[in-house]
Amino acid sequence: MTLILSRRALVTGAGAAATALLTGCDRLAEHESVRKALFTADNFHLWMQRAITDRNALAQEFSPDQMSPVFRANGTFNPNTEDYKALWRNGFADWRLKIDGLVDRPLSLSLAQLHAMPHREQITRHDCVEGWSAIGKWRGVPLAVLLHAARMRTTARYLVFHCADFGGGTDPYYESIDLVDAFHPQTILAYALNDRALPVQNGAPLRLRVERQLGYKQAKYLMRIEAVSDLASIFGGKGGYWEDVAGYQWYAGI
Amino acid sequence: MATIVQSDAPAPSEADPSGTLVKRHRLSTRLWHWINVFALATLFMSGLGIFNAHPRLYWGHYGANFDHAWLVLERFPGWLTLPGHYNLAMSRHWHFFAAPFFAFGLLVYMIWSLINGHFRRDLAFRKGELAPGHIAQDIADHARLRFPTGAEALRYNVLQKGAYNKTLFLLLPVLILTGMTMSPGMNAAFPWLVEIFGGRQSARSIHFIAAWAVVAFFIVHIAMVLLAGPFNELRSMLSGWYRVPGKPTAREERP
Repeated sequence: MTLILSRRALVTGAGAAATALLTGCDRLAEHESVRKALFTADNFHLWMQRAITDRNALAQEFSPDQMSPVFRANGTFNPNTEDYKALWRNGFADWRLKIDGLVDRPLSLSLAQLHAMPHREQITRHDCVEGWSAIGKWRGVPLAVLLHAARMRTTARYLVFHCADFGGGTDPYYESIDLVDAFHPQTILAYALNDRALPVQNGAPLRLRVERQLGYKQAKYLMRIEAVSDLASIFGGKGGYWEDVAGYQWYAGI
Repeated sequence: MATIVQSDAPAPSEADPSGTLVKRHRLSTRLWHWINVFALATLFMSGLGIFNAHPRLYWGHYGANFDHAWLVLERFPGWLTLPGHYNLAMSRHWHFFAAPFFAFGLLVYMIWSLINGHFRRDLAFRKGELAPGHIAQDIADHARLRFPTGAEALRYNVLQKGAYNKTLFLLLPVLILTGMTMSPGMNAAFPWLVEIFGGRQSARSIHFIAAWAVVAFFIVHIAMVLLAGPFNELRSMLSGWYRVPGKPTAREERP
């Protein structure tokens, strides 16, 4: 009898404790200090990965028969602004990619100029933060080529990618990466997907491919690349649209 | 005053230890156990929160909405997820905060248990334990809820060892490795990870299956603790002290 009672009490107690723990966790996470502690894990994983892995390790590349039959798009499917529509109607002939910030020679490049530059082709896996993956073939200009051409200064620490789309709200989409990823050989500005000009839903006319990170880092509808020493003064200061708006990890290598 | 015996020493054969308090679990085991309670609960619930972002599972390297999914679920309810409402970014923060405690905890525990002999002494199968007759006897004992008493109660039985070993050496390492396999950064550095599991989407599926297998272990584990005497078992995992159960008296014996 006592045993049965104690069992019942224990089960009820455990249930109550679990519920308390859960709501407790939700409440805890609202505290700024707890949020900060939780968010330090982001830095830990970045530090850990950089410490134990080869910084130049290449993301896996696949053969054409391993590609996804359909490469799904996500996020913005069309920026739908008047400016973007005007560029699109004209086949992006008036579009220019600006490279400025901490560079000695700011650039303004047309799509035709990018096409004429050295390019890299890679069949890689795109991993969305939501969990799905798609394998596609990208062609584009290595970012390192452009950074050398623009004579990036040694004070630059990050590259900020400004986009033509507004991620749902009023804030423009943007992303940023550090120099380890910026000069990685697979980091390219892609103008073609699966042997066709980059479709609008995938970021036409140009998108970033930073193959060792998740999908939200692969900024679409690129307009401008800015070399900066610090991310704090850019928009919300967290280094990216989703980082500012929803608290996503800046380092999306996990 | 109860007499105290060390379980590390061979159980006294002539003296029946029933009723005495013994030091059952070492500090390393207890510490790891409770770190795991919090780490695994956080990982499981935040993991379901992450799963809810795309509640479909695939085999192979790729898998998205247009591809064949072997499992399609609805979103898990809020009382099972962390946070209690859909927030992928926060679920990921919780998950990656708890993950190092879990992974490095397991690593340290394993090294510690190799050095202090816990694996060899308590978890390795002994001669004859894996004989079909012995296993059948143990299954029959479990089915009748007949628990060992005296010196026998100080040893893990064969089913218990099997459950612990399967979890410790298979499920938990697989969870860690499949978790790492889902990281695009780790994929580039350690491509063999992807090869072992047959692709990132396979790793995600195996991660999901292993997580639920740990839940199955947890349910059986809690049931056994409750049946074997929750106070004594909890005390032994908190303080290390365990009262050796004696032979059941006529009053307590089941009809």
